[in-house]
Amino acid sequence: MNSIVCIKRVPDSETRVRIASDGLAVDRSGVKFDMNEYDKYALEEAIRRKEEAGEGLVTVLTVGGDDARETLRQALAMGADEAVLLRAETGFDGLPVAVALAEEIRDRPFDLLLFGKQAIDDDGMQVPAMVAELLGLPAATVVVSLEIEAGRAVARREVEGGHETVEFDLPGIVAAQKGLNEPRYPSLKGIMAAKKKPLEEKDVTLVEGGLELLELSGPPDRPEPQILGEGAEAVPELVRRLREEVKVL
Amino acid sequence: MSFAGVDFYDVDGLLSEEERAVRDMVREWVESELMPVINEHYTTHSFPKQLIPQMGELGFYGANLPEEYGCAGLNNVAYGLIMQELERGDSGLRSFASVQGALVMYPIFAFGSEEQRKRWLPLLATGEKIGCFGLTEPDFGSNPGGMLTRAVKDGDEWVLNGAKMWITNGSMADVAVIWAKTGDIDDSRSIRGFIVETDRDGFSAKDQEGKLSLLASDTSELVLQDVRVPDANLLPKSGGLKSPLMCLTQARYGIAWGAIGAAMACFTEARDYALNRVQFAGKPIAATQIQQTRLADMLTEITKAQLLALQLGRLKDAGTFNSDQVSMAKRNNVDMACECAREARRLLGGNGILVEYQSMRHMANLESVYTYEGTHDIHGLILGHAITGLPAYE
Ligand SMILES: Cc1cc2nc3c(=O)[nH]c(=O)nc-3n(C[C@H](O)[C@H](O)[C@H](O)COP(=O)(O)OP(=O)(O)OC[C@H]3O[C@@H](n4cnc5c(N)ncnc54)[C@H](O)[C@@H]3O)c2cc1C
Repeated sequence: MNSIVCIKRVPDSETRVRIASDGLAVDRSGVKFDMNEYDKYALEEAIRRKEEAGEGLVTVLTVGGDDARETLRQALAMGADEAVLLRAETGFDGLPVAVALAEEIRDRPFDLLLFGKQAIDDDGMQVPAMVAELLGLPAATVVVSLEIEAGRAVARREVEGGHETVEFDLPGIVAAQKGLNEPRYPSLKGIMAAKKKPLEEKDVTLVEGGLELLELSGPPDRPEPQILGEGAEAVPELVRRLREEVKVL
Repeated sequence: MSFAGVDFYDVDGLLSEEERAVRDMVREWVESELMPVINEHYTTHSFPKQLIPQMGELGFYGANLPEEYGCAGLNNVAYGLIMQELERGDSGLRSFASVQGALVMYPIFAFGSEEQRKRWLPLLATGEKIGCFGLTEPDFGSNPGGMLTRAVKDGDEWVLNGAKMWITNGSMADVAVIWAKTGDIDDSRSIRGFIVETDRDGFSAKDQEGKLSLLASDTSELVLQDVRVPDANLLPKSGGLKSPLMCLTQARYGIAWGAIGAAMACFTEARDYALNRVQFAGKPIAATQIQQTRLADMLTEITKAQLLALQLGRLKDAGTFNSDQVSMAKRNNVDMACECAREARRLLGGNGILVEYQSMRHMANLESVYTYEGTHDIHGLILGHAITGLPAYE
């Protein structure tokens, strides 16, 4: 069972993100980075499949800057066998990244190609489906459970208001959702072993995408809380506000 | 909100990527696995035994010992960072790991035969076997050289008799490293270490009751009454009081780091509380001069302790550190953590005495840490000896 897992280095989910002065990028200073949470489910799934099969290779792939090496080594520490850094400056556009990944993946043999369902920095949710299209592969996104038997995959995916079960032949693409598994901690031995595993680096030139970033803006400040009164007397005014201002009634 | 650490001087920048990876992993593990259960264990006076196998699987025990014995083979800075993060959670958990690694695995590694190493270290590394370290006795704490426990050779067996007190992990242990005199009772050079399986006839352990500190830790009294062990259980390369003291140097090194973790937890809690607690004129107490200087003192002391521990770790990795330097770090850092915990507890007002907040738990725990592994006073005397060349112990 050979798997390729595409991962991304993103700001830690608890980091307070600040917008850089040009309004077009996130200020990276003092920001703690981590592997995208959903990618951890994807990676865990690949490692488990390999462990269950007793053979195979797990390759992790990322498009990013030099600092993404740390994230790749984190993946190697969890149990991936080899890593590839496609070095490029990435932005908010999914397409250039999808093209670079597809180019790299095209000549590699694999059974499963895994992604997180989305990266928590730009929440684009585009790259897995784009890579599927570029490589002409079946893809199941937002996957919460996966069964594989004799070259055929059955994936249960979350859809609005319920679940959908899809079947497809391998090789194929799975984009992982929380719930697919419980990602392991990288063990200390894993962290030590990661140093000795292959990490290949190549410079890539990204194609032009179709998106132009106009402006980044933070969420609006939370308004000051207001006290409308006390007890039953406050109810009419509360109902009026909920109806006319908040428009939830 | 998960724990973000305290790093005012970019000490992180002095760590390698691997050291940071180790620290981050343990930090996350403590946050997800220990923090949700520690209060329950603390208030019911029980050690979180269910965490023992996972800590073993991840490699927390004896992590600075070589891979060939099933250990992680980390450097000493990474090892220290593990202790820091464990004690950020609770001193009891760090004590467990310290004893297992520095006081049980280390002596088997340093003074054991190859056969003893191969037999015990892998089992202790995974946590399949739990160890304890029996040095202190009811009448010999700061002065362990005066111990009364004896080991007498009888054919190809040793017969051990004596009582050990304040033994961490004592009741849960599968194996004890027991220090005993093999010669004259006045002769501390005759002290040797023995591997004693705790299911041997004549070995018994009893929980130390009535503790008000380190409540999520097993502290026990051991009694050895005609306990027979084969000659193969003697640690062949142990000899004299300096052997157990070498173990203590290892453990004290880890404690110097661990204390920083406890202090960071208290500082973080105090800062967050001060920013949220509003008294007088609608201002948070963090806006007052008293609380600001209180926090400033804590942060300053934590930062100094971090640099002390890190340089000590670098010296240890270079193989040039000495036990006097370890004494300075243990003494300074634990005292600093005690002060931080107390000040944090005070800053928190009434809430500071509740178990929902961490500071008083750390404050109570750290009183044990202040006393064990050489009291604060004794480390002062060790430093005094190093400075003047004049021993003042007696
Ligand atoms: C929770 C806990 C866990 C422990 N775990 C272990 C363990 O796993 N294994 C183990 O072997 N031991 C363990 N200990 C024992 C610990 O190391 C001793 O308690 C410590 O060495 C102090 O000894 P003591 O309690 O007998 O105090 P004492 O030595 O009686 O000291 C009493 C006071 O006198 C001071 N004092 C002593 N000598 C001098 C001097 N010469 N000059 C000036 N002041 C002096 C001390 O600083 C202290 O303030 C543990 C202790 C505790 C509390």
